[in-house]
Amino acid sequence: MTDTDVRSVTVEREIPHPPEEIWRALTTQHLIEEWLMKNDFGLDLGHRFQLRGDWGNVDCEILDVEPGRSLSYTWNYAHDDPAYRLDSTVTFTLEPTAAGTLLRMEQVGFRPDQKQAFGGAKGGWKIHLENLEKVVAGLGA
Amino acid sequence: MTDTSPDLLFKALADPSRRALFERLCLGGEQTVGALTAGAGISQPAVSKHLGILKQAGLVEGREEGRQTHYSAQQRALAPLVDWTGRMNRFWEARFDDLEDLLKRMDQ
Repeated sequence: MTDTDVRSVTVEREIPHPPEEIWRALTTQHLIEEWLMKNDFGLDLGHRFQLRGDWGNVDCEILDVEPGRSLSYTWNYAHDDPAYRLDSTVTFTLEPTAAGTLLRMEQVGFRPDQKQAFGGAKGGWKIHLENLEKVVAGLGA
Repeated sequence: MTDTSPDLLFKALADPSRRALFERLCLGGEQTVGALTAGAGISQPAVSKHLGILKQAGLVEGREEGRQTHYSAQQRALAPLVDWTGRMNRFWEARFDDLEDLLKRMDQ
């Protein structure tokens, strides 16, 4: 993760199951299909696969694997309308807790055609965006 | 509200000085170029230029009063950014719900 990342979504949840079990659900084709999408997932570094949704396919490539602890892959979505295009990375992190596992998903990325515009926006972009969203939320916009 | 291209919006917010100006207008309400320059650490022409770009992106509006223009933030222009985050958040929350259901079934 770098400060130049433009967009980011983090979802975190404590789940009352051990990390090994969650890891299996994150990395086994037929299990991934049950909670995420149809896929041809493979756990090898550099493995390319697709997640197939009703609304289109997401192109993925395994970027990093720490068995039982973290999994990272690209999440790229091509679309005729640039407004829907997305180049991003999804990282799952599993942390054992007393009650089970703290599962965290962080997605960061760009719309491909906007990389250029954001090149100079080093540092603090994420923080600014979060602040702005807080402001907006506070105003009930 | 004008239907501004997301490109203009992203370009406008890519600059730290412009983000700072926009944030000040969000938090402090309507202000003149003079008032904005006082706290900006950049020249008045630079502030005016940045306000012009923010205005083009629909992020600020100017209201003429006498010889002064009073600028105000238009937070609704941020909708494309907020929408993406909100949408992806809802997507992943729903996926996590399904994941939990699956894990419960795996236990049985």
